[in-house]
Amino acid sequence: MDKYYINHLRELEAESIYVIREVAAQFERPTMLFSGGKDSIIMYYLARKAFWPAKVPFPLLHIDTGHNFQETLDFRDNLMEKTGGRCIVRFVQDSIDQGKSAEETGYDASRNLLQTVTLLDAIEEFKFDAAMGGGRRDEEKARAKERFFSHRDEFGQWDPKNQRPELWNIFNGKKRMGEHFRVFPISNWTEMDVWQYIYMEDVEIPDLYFTHKREVFNRNGVWLATAPFMSLRDSEKPEIKDVRCRTIGDITCTGLTLSTANSLEDIILEVAATRTTERGGRADDKRSEAAMEDRKKEGYF
Amino acid sequence: MSDFKDKQSGYLDMQLLRFTTAGSVDDGKSTLIGRLLYDSKAIFEDQMEAIERASINKGDEYVNLALLTDGLRAEREQGITIDVAYRYFATPKRKFIIADTPGHIQYTRNMVTGASTANAAIILIDARNGVLEQTIRHAFIAHLLQIPHILVCVNKMDLVDFKQEVFDKIKSDFLKISNKLTIKDVRFIPISALKGDNVVDESKNMNWYQGKPLLNVLETIEITNDRNTTDLRFPVQYVIRPQSDEYHDFRGYAGRVAGGVIKPGNAIKILPSGLQSRIKSIESMKKQFDRAFAPQSVTITLEDDIDISRGDMIVAVDNEPTISQDIRIMACWLNEKPMIVGGKYGIKHTTKDLRCIIKSLDYKVNINTLDKITDDKNMGLNEIGQVSLKTTQPLFFDSYQRNRITGSVILIDEATNETVCAGMIL
Repeated sequence: MDKYYINHLRELEAESIYVIREVAAQFERPTMLFSGGKDSIIMYYLARKAFWPAKVPFPLLHIDTGHNFQETLDFRDNLMEKTGGRCIVRFVQDSIDQGKSAEETGYDASRNLLQTVTLLDAIEEFKFDAAMGGGRRDEEKARAKERFFSHRDEFGQWDPKNQRPELWNIFNGKKRMGEHFRVFPISNWTEMDVWQYIYMEDVEIPDLYFTHKREVFNRNGVWLATAPFMSLRDSEKPEIKDVRCRTIGDITCTGLTLSTANSLEDIILEVAATRTTERGGRADDKRSEAAMEDRKKEGYF
Repeated sequence: MSDFKDKQSGYLDMQLLRFTTAGSVDDGKSTLIGRLLYDSKAIFEDQMEAIERASINKGDEYVNLALLTDGLRAEREQGITIDVAYRYFATPKRKFIIADTPGHIQYTRNMVTGASTANAAIILIDARNGVLEQTIRHAFIAHLLQIPHILVCVNKMDLVDFKQEVFDKIKSDFLKISNKLTIKDVRFIPISALKGDNVVDESKNMNWYQGKPLLNVLETIEITNDRNTTDLRFPVQYVIRPQSDEYHDFRGYAGRVAGGVIKPGNAIKILPSGLQSRIKSIESMKKQFDRAFAPQSVTITLEDDIDISRGDMIVAVDNEPTISQDIRIMACWLNEKPMIVGGKYGIKHTTKDLRCIIKSLDYKVNINTLDKITDDKNMGLNEIGQVSLKTTQPLFFDSYQRNRITGSVILIDEATNETVCAGMIL
């Protein structure tokens, strides 16, 4: 008797492609959020697979904090050119200049939180009715209950009491005028699945994920990259280290991993051996329960 | 690197198993999940340190693994929505997704939601209490949602001196109930989630138990034959027409196979038009497959140019689903607003969106005793019963028992857009 089964990566792939196609079918003006990090790269790759040989039938949207690694922006532009994709870019700096958001001050200033204002403005500007994001349920305890199709009211807010039950693979994207959905096609992927899939499919990723020499400094046990807009305390001394990014985001809060991994094989072994979460490893989180709350406020999820 | 290849080729070829756990905190469910995550090293140092600190602060004698899945308890204390939480772990053999649901009767809707995608269910029984009302409820839901494999874990064996008689009694009590239900595969495992007996490692305290520990069972249950591979069902999800010179004549039908095995050359029929053609190719990005089956997402092309759109279904010429506007479902009501007999609702079935009217509530089921209730004609939140519907256009369906994908529907309240009912077609 024939055995009909596909491995876990193919099953996750099939699920994500199904979700992305549902979004394209159920919504009039969907978009896919793109940050240049591995999760959004995978999501875009799956979208290309979902509609091949046609082009992806929606634009990507990048909310640029202005604090990106240059490598990320170059990678994004290159990828769009190669694949014929369209990526809309909206800048946090513009929201600040328009007085809609205020820059944080101090050593730990970050534009992570400010992204929300710019994102909601962009959704309004383009009348997007669904925005796909690369969030994964394994990232955070609080995300473990997120739906694939997550309903947002006309203010873009999430009401945890008003989440629709999601059964089988039947997704209910019905909404009123002015409301929109956030959709998370790779909800069920773990960090390891993402890396294994990149390896299996030979997906191109930015060089930042591989080891390179960079000027870094240590803040509360986390290695951060130096950049013109980062101010260092007297005790923080820049030095050159072999590092790689485990996640890629805003420079001000992207912790770098000391690593000499220079291939996908190395990275997968490193992830398999790693004993801290992707989002963890921050010395300041460990001091009190409140530190975790603070991190939430910074807009991590 | 040769070492890597060997190791990773194994990792890359794992199967995915989705299982649900129903039980209350008192059954030791959180401890069991914590134990599985901890012993399979799915818990990271920073998470472990956090619960160690929390345990010390609370004055616990040992690290309280239940704190790892504490979200639900916190929710209850704060009085917000109790929900399904998804958790992930992997062993070298399989990747697992746990749909962790609370087991009390007021959370039936959450159990049904978690069970809808599960390959297996863990039902926890406290060895000191034996089979209770809630055990019957959990077994009934597993049966209703047709979860193929049920693992009954008799927990807290350490508190009954690891006695075989206690385990055997619970086993025979459970079988008396499950024999009345359609449960394909049921297994019993005596465990102590707290002490770790028969969870990951074999217990040294229960030599009389001949079976494998829970994790080993989860790693080895045969799940490849659980999906329908006999009835070709391909609900069309999206039509792909590239506007490019290179693929000018390409017309593909994208979707996720719901049943059967599709091969190029297969004679097919399109519903509802009834037009016939043959499968020309099965496409993925820059690749072609020689076959496709559930749950694969593919794009297929046909030999003939036929007008097909989303909501149509491609089936084998000689094997059609039922085509009807009148359907009977076992319904689980998910909303605070009760069901209105005679009311109109939106209905979603595979990729099809229709409207329907509720003709009658035939009976309800007391899910604690499995008795039929015929004198109460109101169906409210968390209640389960048989409902007759009429849809605005014909649906193409199989019974839920035959195919979980083509046999399931959801109903939507047209005023609030909320999903109010899960239906399994009879």
